Amino acid sequence: MKAASPSSYDEMFAADGSVRPAYRGYEEWYAEQPADLLRRKGTEAEAFFRRTGITFNVYGSEDAEERLIPFDMVPRIITAHQWRRLSRGIEQRVRALNAFLHDLYHRQEIVRSGRLPARLLEKNPAFLPQMVGFTPPGGVYTHIVGIDLVRTDEDEFMVLEDNARTPSGVSYMLENRETMMAMFPELFTRVRVREVSDYPRRLARSLAACLPPAAKGHQPVVAVLTPGIYNSAYFEHAFLADQMGAELVEGSDLRIENGRIAMRTTQGYQPIDVLYRRVDDEYLDPLTFNPDSMLGVSGIMDVYRAGGITIANAPGTGIADDKAIYSFMPEIVEFYTGEKPILPNVPTWRCSEPDALKYVLEHLSELVVKEVHGSGGYGMLIGPTSSKKEIAAFAAKLAARPHNYIAQPTLSLSTVPILGRGGLSPRHVDLRPFVLVSPGGIDITPGGLTRVALKKGSLVVNSSQGGGTKDSWVLDD
Amino acid sequence: MLGRSANGIFWLFRNLERAENTARLIEAGFRMALTRDARDASDEWRSVIVTLGLRALYEAKFGSDYAGPNVINFILRDKDNPGNVLAMCELARTNARMVRAGITREVWESVNDSWLRMRDLLARPVTETRLGDVLDTLRRQSTQVRGAMEGTMLRNEIYNFARIGSFIERADNTARILDVKYYVLLPSISYVGSSLDNVQWENVLRSLAGERAYRWLNAGRMEARGIAEFLILDSRFPRSLAFCYGKLRSNLEHLAREYGCETDAHAILQEADCDLHTITIDAIFEQGLHEYIAKFINRNTRLANQIQYDYRFID
Repeated sequence: MKAASPSSYDEMFAADGSVRPAYRGYEEWYAEQPADLLRRKGTEAEAFFRRTGITFNVYGSEDAEERLIPFDMVPRIITAHQWRRLSRGIEQRVRALNAFLHDLYHRQEIVRSGRLPARLLEKNPAFLPQMVGFTPPGGVYTHIVGIDLVRTDEDEFMVLEDNARTPSGVSYMLENRETMMAMFPELFTRVRVREVSDYPRRLARSLAACLPPAAKGHQPVVAVLTPGIYNSAYFEHAFLADQMGAELVEGSDLRIENGRIAMRTTQGYQPIDVLYRRVDDEYLDPLTFNPDSMLGVSGIMDVYRAGGITIANAPGTGIADDKAIYSFMPEIVEFYTGEKPILPNVPTWRCSEPDALKYVLEHLSELVVKEVHGSGGYGMLIGPTSSKKEIAAFAAKLAARPHNYIAQPTLSLSTVPILGRGGLSPRHVDLRPFVLVSPGGIDITPGGLTRVALKKGSLVVNSSQGGGTKDSWVLDD
Repeated sequence: MLGRSANGIFWLFRNLERAENTARLIEAGFRMALTRDARDASDEWRSVIVTLGLRALYEAKFGSDYAGPNVINFILRDKDNPGNVLAMCELARTNARMVRAGITREVWESVNDSWLRMRDLLARPVTETRLGDVLDTLRRQSTQVRGAMEGTMLRNEIYNFARIGSFIERADNTARILDVKYYVLLPSISYVGSSLDNVQWENVLRSLAGERAYRWLNAGRMEARGIAEFLILDSRFPRSLAFCYGKLRSNLEHLAREYGCETDAHAILQEADCDLHTITIDAIFEQGLHEYIAKFINRNTRLANQIQYDYRFID
């Protein structure tokens, strides 16, 4: 077996080719498998995904065809020890995020104290004036958070992005595990892996703990709001509704009745207590936001503010995903928790600052530049893999609107092997654990979604741009 | 459950049922065409097209040329026929996706699998050699979905709407096949009782998967009146009108119990059901089979519409 390229940290193999402790149990099993068996299983996995309909739609592709996200059969493995440290860091960060959001929509102490420039909120479409002075039921803003982590060394995990808006991908965490267990049951008897399958139950419980004042004493009614079957994450919306025993609703099923949001059932309109919405803020309420939206419910913001419904995540949480805000996260964590951040940020240049902009423009070929409001890997520049022409074009955009961008060094992301034609070969990965927040506390599912760049050397793990996924294991003690 | 989901599950099962019945109809037509000379074969294909209500659409494309391969492909996969079988499968799957949270994994997977297979099989024109394989797969897939329903679905409102969709569609299909064969097809009334007539009737039975049961019940005698009675009034035969309405009744009754009230749809059902239980085949022939069937189809459609309205399928 070959060791990974010396430039980046490989999670399975040390530089001398020996197997790291996390992967020992797996490697022993792997070494016993006939080579063609694993390859045959790969074909099986693909058929399995296609039959179960785990597909996603790619925005902007010619025919909005459903595609499979490639699944790689080598798990990504994290030791119990590493996970403990990660979860402490994640919990701290998510606690800070909720405190931060509450503060932003109330007294804005962090701005008054001078730790966060007020201009980051001004004219920022993700900051919703409608939320000012309002506290969501249970005081929870981000019921579900996905924290994107990258690793650069043995103990070096960094936060690449916070997803406080409507993080997706959790269905892949669950289905990847199901697939692995179906294909290699004996592997799980040999390596003890912590369970992820109760995520939907935890989610349902967590949502039900945030009832709005108008909810009656009966069993909480939870519904998942989807933009519909053509949305790229529709499979996940249906999957979660199914697993939670919740209704999967669309905007056209909903209307206001007696100060509540009610869904059209076969027996008339029934009020909803908690709406887990997978529709962006701007489409949520045509009366308040985008008037052309067909995906939301007219007047839902009024009902919400009057205590008629809980919306998860709360509208206006997207401000925390803003990449300019991100660059202040170390300060934010310290401001609200009084502790040093356990998980560092990736070093970030704010192009709005003249010195930073100058540096970034001079070093574009080495940096990754992102739009502050962008997501999904769209509209970004990856310096080292871009042509001179692309860099020049991007420099012009950057110079014209510097406040619209941040830049980060091209990190030497860790690698985990994938199973290719010639056996194992290292590919770059990231990790998105999923975090649930309720008034009772913060609940982190041990695992997450590992995204992997399938192209050799590539650092882009986004599924819309050729990334795949892996089952992510947290080992039991 | 959501009204939109009830609508989705209702149409999911209507489309599956329709696809399956269409396969049977083609199969019976194909068999007839094989045993006839060219002119009679093309008559047979025309009757299939007429039964499916596709005559105008078909003739706009092919004129009066009812060659087998044209007909088969027109019904199965031609884009000029928006109601082709592939489209039914796709519609069924789209509806299944829409109600994904209301059906079990097994049901969803069998619907999805069925669509994937049909998409592959119907990706290129179907030759007469491949036809058997295509129709066989269609029937088999439909059986698989039914089996997954039967074995895994909770017997609740969702199941009731699924069954109601299936039996509204099946009743409609049986009625149409019977009507076309009897009224449109026979070259003249003098054929009634002739041997051609018998072959035609046997073919009606075959397209409704009833030839074996009928033969068994009647010691092999083929006779127009007996077959009509079997297909309309024999509540033991799963594609007869009486059987379909028995199922519609039990599922609508279940809904009424679960929801604690009956709706206008129950009144229409009552009327139809009562009619099927009291009328005799002689009385049907007396008023005219065609008239009777036309009235039946009309009332069946009214029932479907009323159900969609009563249970808030759409706003």
